[in-house]
Amino acid sequence: MNGAQVGFFILAGLLIVSSLWVVFQRNVVHSAMALVAALFLVAILFLTLNAPMVGVLQILVYAGAIMVLFLFVIMFLNPIGLEQRRRLWWGFGALAGLLLAGALVPVLTNGDAPRDPVVATELFGGPEELARSLFTDFVLPFEIASILLLVAIVGAVVLAKREP
Amino acid sequence: MLFDFANVLVFTALGLGFVGVNLLIGRLLRPANPQARKLSTYECGEPSTGSAWVNFNIRFYLVALIFIIFEVEIAFIFPVATVFRGLIESGEGLLAFVKIFIFVGILFLGLVYSWVKGDLEWIKKVKT
Amino acid sequence: MQAYLDQLIQGGAFAGMPREVVYAIGMLLAAFIVLSAFVAPLAGVTSWLERRVWARMQSRVGPNRVGPQGILQWLADGIKNLLKEDIIPTAADKKLFSLAPYIVFMGFLCAFVVIPFGGHLIVADLNIGILYILAVTSLVVVGILMAGWASNNKWSLLGGMRSAAQIISYEIPAGVSVLMIVFLAGTLSMQGIIKGQGWAPWDWYLFHNPFTFAGFFLYFTAALAEGNRTPFDIPEAESELVAGYVTEYSGMRFLFFFFAEWGNLYVIGAVATTLFLGGWQVPPLAIFENSPMLLAVAQFVTFFLKAYLWVFVAMWIRATLPRVRVDQLMSLCWKYMVPLSFICLLGTVAFMFVPADGQRITSAAMFGLGVAITIIFFLRVGFQIRQAKPELYFKPHI
Repeated sequence: MNGAQVGFFILAGLLIVSSLWVVFQRNVVHSAMALVAALFLVAILFLTLNAPMVGVLQILVYAGAIMVLFLFVIMFLNPIGLEQRRRLWWGFGALAGLLLAGALVPVLTNGDAPRDPVVATELFGGPEELARSLFTDFVLPFEIASILLLVAIVGAVVLAKREP
Repeated sequence: MLFDFANVLVFTALGLGFVGVNLLIGRLLRPANPQARKLSTYECGEPSTGSAWVNFNIRFYLVALIFIIFEVEIAFIFPVATVFRGLIESGEGLLAFVKIFIFVGILFLGLVYSWVKGDLEWIKKVKT
Repeated sequence: MQAYLDQLIQGGAFAGMPREVVYAIGMLLAAFIVLSAFVAPLAGVTSWLERRVWARMQSRVGPNRVGPQGILQWLADGIKNLLKEDIIPTAADKKLFSLAPYIVFMGFLCAFVVIPFGGHLIVADLNIGILYILAVTSLVVVGILMAGWASNNKWSLLGGMRSAAQIISYEIPAGVSVLMIVFLAGTLSMQGIIKGQGWAPWDWYLFHNPFTFAGFFLYFTAALAEGNRTPFDIPEAESELVAGYVTEYSGMRFLFFFFAEWGNLYVIGAVATTLFLGGWQVPPLAIFENSPMLLAVAQFVTFFLKAYLWVFVAMWIRATLPRVRVDQLMSLCWKYMVPLSFICLLGTVAFMFVPADGQRITSAAMFGLGVAITIIFFLRVGFQIRQAKPELYFKPHI
């Protein structure tokens, strides 16, 4: 096992620990903070995969922006002290977990190499490559993404209007 | 490239270490005589009533949501910005500009919409 | 830095040591030097200078007792804070309460990794440099929200929430202004952006076209708001929120929030200098050709002065302008700065289609305009000072 692999396993281990922390923490705000740590670790994983752009966007958009939204929602709902264990939700959770695990089985047991592997060069995850593919192969999804974002704004405004 | 990012990790560690060491030195030097009054929540001298963890205003949520949408938009444009000069030189610049214009324009509609609907107002007008 | 370390290894300076160990030691040393020899004194001296500058602007004296002109005041403040009792309220969430200063401090310190102090004086020239700065500074929001929530104090929570809403709102105009320069420079690396400009003011991106000229002011305003500086300091508005999210903090923990705030001022100035003001570019004089050491010093001084000018302007603004209201703050951002910044962005992109000759003429014209604005500004200030009552010429014994 070389150094890179050791690094990966340490990162992956920490990531799993912080993810479990998210799930098992009783206090929702603590869970959110553990989620920040988990997202941060994922960003580092992206960096080790030669994709600095994706890694930094992960921090900027997820750890920075989406987490603030999560925290605002938590503070809006203020679920502290409301939490009760419900058998029903455990059932749903277990079902979802099993489905996910089932979906992952083929991936985990697949020992074959990918059909056309992409060689991760220095520039692979850099901004230039990303832009080139955005502008050549993925122009339509790129524009559709903006419509999706527009729908999200409209939805948020409409939902917030229902406030009594 | 990994070397560059290792620097970031070192800075993170050093930043955490710096705060930690200073707090540790402080712990050895500073006095510590906690009292119930001293440890009570500060509310300008009044005895505090209730917890601060109450249901907060939804306006913050709306601001955060609009922010995320624009942040994602910026995140999309950043990689494009780095290659734009090259695109102009190769003659594809105008097409790329139109693409960016459409992208920004559609999102701008969202801002205009929430503006028209009055959701950018921090103080809601109460209908009488 | 890697190249330099490799050179040392090649030269046999670290015979017998594995390459990784040398790298690790080098990185630690660099980080330590930046922190203890630059960031800490800088934040400290800024805290002293800020009080002195306000004092002069308000006809007061300010701290002048510790050291010559009071320049060591920050050390005294640091020691005082170190010896203060650390109070964690019983109602607070202890874990998050103690964790928050770490996150805020880390978010601010990490920005220094990519700040280009000179042509070769940079810890790491990341290829995504400027985006990295936006990312790490956005982590500060998490720390502030954490501090506000964990204190379990109404002032703190309100301050934290306001601060978070403010920082994220102003991140949009700031990000779009940065984007303008990225379009012009075609790179995200800090050194690359500086190399796209020249030493002469008319080669700076500030004067590239009218849109970047406006973009600079948009960036500076948004950055002030992100740094919770007056006139945008409503999160810690003393008159309404006691001290905002730091209400319950005391001693060292309190100090670290303000350490980050003062240090962050320099980051704002440094980023503005890199993006708009030509960074460390110095004129190609003959004396620099033979001595790289002199060149490095000249570059460092140029960059530092340019960046610190904006720190001074921030102090000046703080001493001059009253605080805005929270609703004004939000409408200023979303109704004026966001639309304006997007217009500037599209304008800059459209401007890139103008042929090179036209661009040169525009930058010359913009430079002329900039000079004219500066001259008029100083004439006005001089006029006001002459008109002011003699009582204002307070010359305290310093």
